[in-house]
Amino acid sequence: MDALNEHAHEGVNYDGIVGPAVALGFAVFIFAISFGVLCVNAGGSVPKAMAMSLLVFTGASQFSAVSVIAAGGTAASAVIGALLLGSRNAIYGVAVAPWLPGSVKYRVAAAQFTIDETTGMTLVQNSPERKRRAFWVTAASIYGFWNVGTLIGALVGNSFDTQKYGLDVAFPAAFVAMVAPLLSTRKAQLAGIGGAVVCLATTPFLPIGAPIVISAVVALIALVPAQRKSRRS
Amino acid sequence: MSWTVVLVLAFGAFALKVFGFVIIGDRKFPPQVEAVIALIPAALLCALIMKDTFTVGHDLQIDARAVGLVVAVFGVWRKVPIWLVIVLACVATGITRAIS
Repeated sequence: MDALNEHAHEGVNYDGIVGPAVALGFAVFIFAISFGVLCVNAGGSVPKAMAMSLLVFTGASQFSAVSVIAAGGTAASAVIGALLLGSRNAIYGVAVAPWLPGSVKYRVAAAQFTIDETTGMTLVQNSPERKRRAFWVTAASIYGFWNVGTLIGALVGNSFDTQKYGLDVAFPAAFVAMVAPLLSTRKAQLAGIGGAVVCLATTPFLPIGAPIVISAVVALIALVPAQRKSRRS
Repeated sequence: MSWTVVLVLAFGAFALKVFGFVIIGDRKFPPQVEAVIALIPAALLCALIMKDTFTVGHDLQIDARAVGLVVAVFGVWRKVPIWLVIVLACVATGITRAIS
C-alpha cells in the first residue's frame, strides 16, 4: 500500500482516492489483457469476452471459468467453480452496504461494482463521505481499465499461438498473483494447501473441472475451532 | 465457451452481489458462513494453479509449465510488478518448450 499512498497529495477533495484507484486500475488492466487473450483462445469471441467483462465483472471468476473451459471441462463445473469464487462478493456487499445508502435501484447498481478492489478502497477510508466517493471512483477506474484491457486482449488474442509463447501459463501466473495476498492467515494457508491437494488427488477420476468445484469443500476448515494458543513468549 | 455459460455466469455473479448488498444488507451473515466463504478463494485459486500447471485432462504431468509457475511464485514473492510476473512466467515456459 505504500506505493499507493504516494499519490495522496494529488487532487484536493479526492485526496488519496484517485491516485490509488488509478494504480489499482492499471494492475487490473494487465489481468484484463491476459483475460481477453485467454478467453478468445478458449473458444470465446470478442463479443463473448466483452460480455464477460461488462456483465460478470469479477476477475477471478472470469479467469476460473475460462481456465476450466480451456482444459475441456464441462459448462456446469466452469459455472459452479466461478460462482463459488464469486460468493465472496456477497460478503463484500454486506460490508459496504451501510456506506452506500440509497434507493433500491441505486443499491442494485452499486452491487454490480462490489468486488475486491472497490471494497478494499471503501473500507480503508475514514469518513462516510470519503467511503462513498472511494467506492465510485474505484468502480469507475476498475470497470474502465478492466473492459478496455479485455477488448485489447480479445482483439489481439487470436494472433498468438498460446502454446508456443507459453501464454497458457498466464492462467496459473495470474492465479498466483491473486492468491498471494489472501494467504496471510494460518487457516487461509491450510485452505490453499488443502485445495491444491484435493485438486491433484481427484483429477484422475473426476470429470474435468469438477476437482476445482470439490476443492471448495476445504473451506469448511473455517469451522474447526482455532488451536489452543501456545504459552510461549 | 457458449453464450449460455457467459449469460448464466453473468446472472449468477450479479445475483450473488445483489444478495449480499441488497437482500442481506443491514442484517449479517452468520459468522460461520462468513468464515467459510472467506476461505473459498484461497482453496479454489490454489486448486486452479495446480490444474493449470500439473494436469492434462485426467493425467498429472510435470512439464514446461512448472518452470513458469516457479518464476511466477518467485516474482510475486519478490514483489515484482504483476504485468512483469505474467510476462516472465510465459517467457520462461515458452523458452523451456522451445529448447526441450
